[in-house]
Amino acid sequence: MSDVLERPAAAPLDDGQLKVVGTRPVRPDGAEKVTGKAMYGADLALPGQLVGKIKRSPHPHARIVSIDTRRARALPGVKAVVTAADFPDLASEEYEAGESASNLRDLSLNVMARDKALYDGHAVAAVAATSSAIADEALELITVEYEVLPHVTDVEASMASDAPVLHAHLFTQGLAEKPSAPSNIAKRNEIKRGDLEAGFAEADVVVEGRYTTAAVHQGYIEPHACVASFGADGQCQVWSSSQGQFMIRTYCAKILALESSDIRVTPAEIGGGFGGKTTVYLEPVALALSRQCGHPVKMVMTRDEVFRATGPTSGAVVEVKLGAKSDGTLIAADVVLKYQAGAFPGSPVGAGSMTALACYDIPNFSIVGYDVVTNTPKVAAYRAPGAPISAFGVESAVDDMALKLGMDPIALREKNAVRDGVKASYGPTYRNIGYVETLEAIKTHPHYAAPLGPNQGRGVAVGFWFNVGGESTAAVNLNEDGTAVVISGNPDIGGSRASMAMMAAEVLGLPVEKVRPIVADTASIGFSMLTGGSRTTFATGMAVTQAAQKVVEDLKRRAAMLMDVAVDEVEFVNGAAVCRDPAKASLTVAELAAKAAQTGGPIGAQVSLNAQGAGPGFGVHVCDVEVDPETGHVTVLRYTAAQDVGKAIHPSYVEGQVQGGVAQGVGWALNEEYIFDRSGRMENPGFLDYRVPVASDLPMIDAVLVEVANPRHPFGAKGVGEVPIVPPLAAVANAVRGAIGRRLTDLPLSPPKIRAAIDAG
Amino acid sequence: MPRIVAACSSCRDFTGDLTEFEVDARTVREAIRELDRRYPGFGEHIERRMAIAIDGEIHQDALFAPLTPASEVFLIPKIGGG
Repeated sequence: MSDVLERPAAAPLDDGQLKVVGTRPVRPDGAEKVTGKAMYGADLALPGQLVGKIKRSPHPHARIVSIDTRRARALPGVKAVVTAADFPDLASEEYEAGESASNLRDLSLNVMARDKALYDGHAVAAVAATSSAIADEALELITVEYEVLPHVTDVEASMASDAPVLHAHLFTQGLAEKPSAPSNIAKRNEIKRGDLEAGFAEADVVVEGRYTTAAVHQGYIEPHACVASFGADGQCQVWSSSQGQFMIRTYCAKILALESSDIRVTPAEIGGGFGGKTTVYLEPVALALSRQCGHPVKMVMTRDEVFRATGPTSGAVVEVKLGAKSDGTLIAADVVLKYQAGAFPGSPVGAGSMTALACYDIPNFSIVGYDVVTNTPKVAAYRAPGAPISAFGVESAVDDMALKLGMDPIALREKNAVRDGVKASYGPTYRNIGYVETLEAIKTHPHYAAPLGPNQGRGVAVGFWFNVGGESTAAVNLNEDGTAVVISGNPDIGGSRASMAMMAAEVLGLPVEKVRPIVADTASIGFSMLTGGSRTTFATGMAVTQAAQKVVEDLKRRAAMLMDVAVDEVEFVNGAAVCRDPAKASLTVAELAAKAAQTGGPIGAQVSLNAQGAGPGFGVHVCDVEVDPETGHVTVLRYTAAQDVGKAIHPSYVEGQVQGGVAQGVGWALNEEYIFDRSGRMENPGFLDYRVPVASDLPMIDAVLVEVANPRHPFGAKGVGEVPIVPPLAAVANAVRGAIGRRLTDLPLSPPKIRAAIDAG
Repeated sequence: MPRIVAACSSCRDFTGDLTEFEVDARTVREAIRELDRRYPGFGEHIERRMAIAIDGEIHQDALFAPLTPASEVFLIPKIGGG
């Protein structure tokens, strides 16, 4: 059903009435995790289970001439060996399974290379054996003959006319004239408004810059892991760590030409995803191996494999030119975005383009984006995909504009801020946004007025994300003692179980401890899109709320039966059915649950919907850094992040989302980067050499929650997980500029670059 | 009549230089059908690739969302997330 067509009566929106929503109960998954009992992807062990491992290409670009698996198959203990020959050769077809469409051929070829290896680490074969050592030996015994081809890993080098072409069938989309030759530029997109030339002609001040970012990984601590079992009757089971069990089911079915009904996927606990677990790598391979040998197969990536073969986000080049009147009115903007897609098309340059100027009301602009394939791992989503990159360029340029105009950086942003009724740069008219309130929250925060010391600088940056809704299913069942179970189909990557239980408890009038939230497998609950895009608390929360409301309506009906009154004589107040006739005793949820059999049977409801109207989110960050002039090392001294969250269902979790996004953004800004050697191999595929921030690298991040309610959600919630990673790249860079007096434009801002800038005077 | 704005590059592959259209439609589906009649193949492209912002509110896969004569409808690429 649609949330529009069949929307039950609204839940309480008035903050004063809320008893559970907005509080900070203990997380329902906490004890299991801190005692080590939670089951992650690698924790399951089945009888007869084998170890699956993958042989990977050592070349970034090579034609696969032949693969000889005979010696591996002959090794005692080896039970299965698969190559691309064991997978259907799929046609090019866009298919929606997770949250947006993927090309099934590219997806399959990324899981297992067929004719060409397209990056260092690309899977070319896999084995299942009785032990890890035998599996390793078997991989060594597989002989792959390659014809090594020229490679390209840099985004602009890949756009050059003389670059080695990755895909002979790839012709640039989005050009006025259909190209006659294949290209590594998969797509060109453009958004424009007004008259750019006239806008710049009117400008009193112009700034421009060229900014670059490195490919960075999502950096989840838990590597990809799964167990797959292919039954003799064709019924399959998969247990895996992902952001969506239904996504796993659909992609496995498509890649292996199976029916969805033949696959049951059980979600494991997830040790971080951040967008990187919105696709498949291991699961179809494990199923193919299990199909061949009849045993369950467990596959767990090493950290080296995670870096070399799973999606980072794009490295990119961003060119920005801004024009403003002398009073600070931005009047023209020209933005060019060149995003690395990795081995197959699909960089987030579209979203990068749509978000680049989303915080600003500018009458004349052009945004052009290029999606460019390179001999690097296929990129995957990473929080607010594409937005941090374009924001780094735009927010750096806006900061330079403020400096040139002699304006306070927040005042400049306020002057040009989008508000309700303003048309977003990507088209629609904004409604119910809290951007100005968020700017105000930082402007009035004590941090913004705190004094700075020597070698210290302060940076401001803003960010935007659309947030999305989508398809979700949830069920609420009452137990016989009046407690409840909330069942959803969304893996909990950021606290969704807590928020689901809280919203259900709020509607049912129960203490949240009486509501147990679980995440069900694909055979036990209806379809839900994956957990991503900051959609779950909004969309699945809407389904949970509606299911709980249906339960309440049923409770009122049953109470009326027991009270011998008409149903409209009964109200539901604080977890009890209350009759308007004071002579009739109220009935609590527990009392009604105890009478379930006599009043019609079990009490529960399930709601499936396609949630629309997710409200966009805005963040405003301020960051203080100190630069060591001797070493070039940057210390983040203080960080405050304000965000319009609509309504914080569980404020601690929301603050955690903000803090996590900032931490990842600081890593992107200061330390993290994929480094390739001249032969196209990644030089730093481990956490020793690819350095994510640790607790000692960061100050306490102050999260300021601004609540401008989204009227489309029963409690006013907006998505919160994407926005906080958007501003930090520029906030840190702007702070470094303040500290050393020079603009650095090439991320990460590692000590050698800062020393070089200082030395350059 | 509802005004449809389809300004992104992928839409212009179907509509050429035209980016704004007035269509007689009471629902998103009727609007898509009319656009497909004018530009064959555009309807499937919209259904598969585009989200629809109606008066500022983004809808995905909402064929039966109602439109009014005053509705402002923007076609924008479908949005995922991380």
